[in-house]
Amino acid sequence: MEDRGNETTSPSSSNVRRIDPERVRVILATDVGSTTTKAILIKRMENGDYRLVVRGEAPTTVEAPFEDVTLGVKNSVREVEELTGHKILREDGEGIIEPNSDSVGVDLYVSTSSAGGGLQMMVFGVVKVMTAESAERAALGAGAIVMDVVSIDDGRPVHEKIQRIRTLRPDMILLAGGTDGGTITHVVELAELISAAEPRPRLGTTFQLPIVYAGNKDAREHVKKVLGEKFAIKIVDNIRPVLEVENVGPARDAIHELFLEHVMSHAPGYDKLLRWVDAPILPTPGAVGMIIQELAKKYGINVIGTDPGGATTDVFSVFDGRYTKSVSANLGMSYSICNVMKEAGLRNIIRWVPLEVDEADVRNRLRNKMIRPTTIPQTILDLLIEQGVNREGMRLAFEQHKLLARGLRGVQRVRTVSDVFEQETGEETFIDMMRVHIIVGSGGVNAHAPRREQAMLMLIDAFQPEGVTRIAVDSIFMMPHLGVLSTVHPKAALDVFEKDCLIWLGTVISPRGQLKLGEKAMEVKILKGEEEIDLKLNFGELKRIKLGESEEAVIQAKPSKALDLGRGPGREIETKVSGGVAGIVLDARGRPLTLPEDDKLRRKLLLDWFDSIGAYEREVLENYVEPGG
Amino acid sequence: MAHAYTPGLKRKEATIVRKTRRLPIKGEVLVKKGQEVSPDDIVAVAEIPGESKVVNVARLLNVEPDEIRDFLLKKEGDKVSKGEIIAGYKAFFGLFKSECVAPTDGIIEHISDVTGQVVIREPPVKIEVNAYIPGEVVDVLPGEGAVIETAAAFIQGIFGIGGERRGEIKLAVNSPKEILTSEKIDSDADGKVLIGGSLVTYDGIQKAIEVGARGIVVGGIEDRDLRKWLGYEIGVAITGHEDVPLTLIVTEGFGKMNMSDRTFEILKKFEGMEASISGATQIRAGVVRPEIIVPRSDLDVNELRSIESGETEFSQGMDIGTLVRIIRKPYFGAIGRVVSLPVEPQLIETGSKVRVVEVELEDGRRVTVPRANVEIIEE
Repeated sequence: MEDRGNETTSPSSSNVRRIDPERVRVILATDVGSTTTKAILIKRMENGDYRLVVRGEAPTTVEAPFEDVTLGVKNSVREVEELTGHKILREDGEGIIEPNSDSVGVDLYVSTSSAGGGLQMMVFGVVKVMTAESAERAALGAGAIVMDVVSIDDGRPVHEKIQRIRTLRPDMILLAGGTDGGTITHVVELAELISAAEPRPRLGTTFQLPIVYAGNKDAREHVKKVLGEKFAIKIVDNIRPVLEVENVGPARDAIHELFLEHVMSHAPGYDKLLRWVDAPILPTPGAVGMIIQELAKKYGINVIGTDPGGATTDVFSVFDGRYTKSVSANLGMSYSICNVMKEAGLRNIIRWVPLEVDEADVRNRLRNKMIRPTTIPQTILDLLIEQGVNREGMRLAFEQHKLLARGLRGVQRVRTVSDVFEQETGEETFIDMMRVHIIVGSGGVNAHAPRREQAMLMLIDAFQPEGVTRIAVDSIFMMPHLGVLSTVHPKAALDVFEKDCLIWLGTVISPRGQLKLGEKAMEVKILKGEEEIDLKLNFGELKRIKLGESEEAVIQAKPSKALDLGRGPGREIETKVSGGVAGIVLDARGRPLTLPEDDKLRRKLLLDWFDSIGAYEREVLENYVEPGG
Repeated sequence: MAHAYTPGLKRKEATIVRKTRRLPIKGEVLVKKGQEVSPDDIVAVAEIPGESKVVNVARLLNVEPDEIRDFLLKKEGDKVSKGEIIAGYKAFFGLFKSECVAPTDGIIEHISDVTGQVVIREPPVKIEVNAYIPGEVVDVLPGEGAVIETAAAFIQGIFGIGGERRGEIKLAVNSPKEILTSEKIDSDADGKVLIGGSLVTYDGIQKAIEVGARGIVVGGIEDRDLRKWLGYEIGVAITGHEDVPLTLIVTEGFGKMNMSDRTFEILKKFEGMEASISGATQIRAGVVRPEIIVPRSDLDVNELRSIESGETEFSQGMDIGTLVRIIRKPYFGAIGRVVSLPVEPQLIETGSKVRVVEVELEDGRRVTVPRANVEIIEE
């Protein structure tokens, strides 16, 4: 799956200029979100590094009465102009001044978009765990929200499938199925199903719904015959030409192309915006994935990224070079907050709150956030509840992510004797938390947590890293901008990503395994310059040692026999770790992390953890009475 | 961002309401510009392609897909009736026979030599859109629908359940603080839109349904009662399509919440009049709020138009003296006037530094809340 879907250019992006990276000094990037349009200005410094200069934002103007996205873009850029004195917008209002000279104009302008609810797709494949899963990965990788996955063997009767296709109104359909040269019957059957259902596009009533066909090449003519008249069909190479190979690149490129041609061109003002940019506009989540991939590639590491938004939570991973992206369409912090309650269960949200609460009251609070999604927590109790939701939302989104991050299924493998001990059946995820190097949290709830330690603990609790893992947050949500920028200027994108976008929170050291609460869990020696710190942790404890962002320390940690830090049960590790705003966190709570059933004990443990890591002060929580009246 | 305040909900005693009545797909518009319509009048109709049924003829007859045409008694475009034999064969002088019957009325849309399937399309389904409110057709959207205009009292709720309904307004409580319980509802609520106060109980909803009320408008509801009533948990706030016998409109939020005095006063004033209500709510992308429209034949639309043209369409933003309502704990529901708008972000209880507004509440207390947590009340 290691491929990049941005090498091709679509007809709509014929304005793409050949860019000489050496000559780029000033860069403008925008992200047209569903509610806010954000602009950032990047400049090359004297030492050759690119740095963020300023950020501006304005409401997105995709809906009435404005109905022209470029108005929001101009407003956000105007804020950048006001803050810097750098002139960017053309006098006639028809675009961006290029190239740059002194404090006028930019050398490069790129943009992403998720306005109008992003790209919503339906995916079809013959076998659920094979072509359908590959097709889903291709759609998600392109930045789409997958509304449903239909396969011949998904257990639903034909009439139910037809009904489902009719009710959903996708922006696009991806149809896959069959290996090249194999049977064509099933994939044609799916085409007939789509034709019978006649789904109507979500936007616009007149244009034909685009369908990407990426199945058995022998079925192309038949599929064209069945779908050609009713739909705008685009044929690309098979996503699974043979069982053992997944080839999502061509399908992904076609999705990007059709996204620009059909979907975006029906959104008001995009025709103009398409003329202004120097590279194809990408769907926002697709762009975020690109920057995560750049980071993993540059250092040869395994990275997990997460972006809990108001409506959806995206998770990205690059593991041993394999890139996976998932969008959990209805797990979010505002619009979808009650869906997190529904999926996780109210008790699972409350389990993260160290105060006594009334379930009915928490329910009402979450509902009130749902109906007034732009409000923010003012009281500590409200904040604790929202952070509980975030833990559960990210946890569930990661569970869904792991279902996609697994080997190709349905493939017969030839195994040697040694393989028997290390089987990858494709049934389980290939993400091994012990070998994840970095976890990056984005989204307001992580980036704007009042204390960075709170963000650190939320990410640890949700993802449950094992061994030694660095944790960071995206400071001001500019990963989309940097992702699209990485397609034309990787250096600028990575410079800004590492120096301005990421805030390092620290490193967490957490053994895998279980013991009884209070049993000896690990002994740790920390060598910090001249200083030497010895610590003993019992099971269930969490400790924090301060270590600044630019500092490093050597850690020797010996877990007890039942626990493993990566070198085997009971075996000591020695490693150099980097600090961060929160420092080093020693997490002897075990993996998987479980909270006691007993309410009193659970609350006491949470208080201990929150206090020891500096997320909240014990005294404040112990004596807490919510104000009001 | 310069203007990030939550726009307040509309509560107007006299305004011009325009409703765009649009078909989901292209169709035929039945009304003309200038025409007067009643709520039940059909303004546009369309036909959507009927359901389709798939018959796997090859499998049923146990023949190869590319052979099915030899056994079909019908061709593409032919009409079929439910139970009619569409394919079959006889062998050994009728000793062995196999048949396929049409599972539904319709026409043969597609015959596949590849899969051996036959697709039968049922007759088109008619979709009608009514006027929903009485008034004048002020615009026709060719092939799509029409815009109906009327003078009316207009109130937006914050959250609703159930679709469009009509009924006479009836107050079931005496004050916006009162709880609407089952005891306060009797058989004369049949066909009415009941106005409650701060909360409707689960029993209250059940009683309202029992006596045949068309709707309930109330300040708040306990989420657990809503769940009990619907029988499931609402995940995302897209509502209006629930299969429920009455429409519920919540004006303030979840939990016990006094209905705003203004809303209660307007509804009280128009008690006995016919209202068009809708519970449809959509919070994401293109906000749709539930609404109560009380058409007013006593008002002249043109007069209202000249008054409204003098008013600005968009809120002017917050200023000293602006009337606001707090929409989050710890002062949820409180109403007051802005007394200061500090420029610099301030530290709040959570430890966050955010832009705040200082509000003097109706009881004289002065409180500081994040600007994101107030909505402007239009006066």
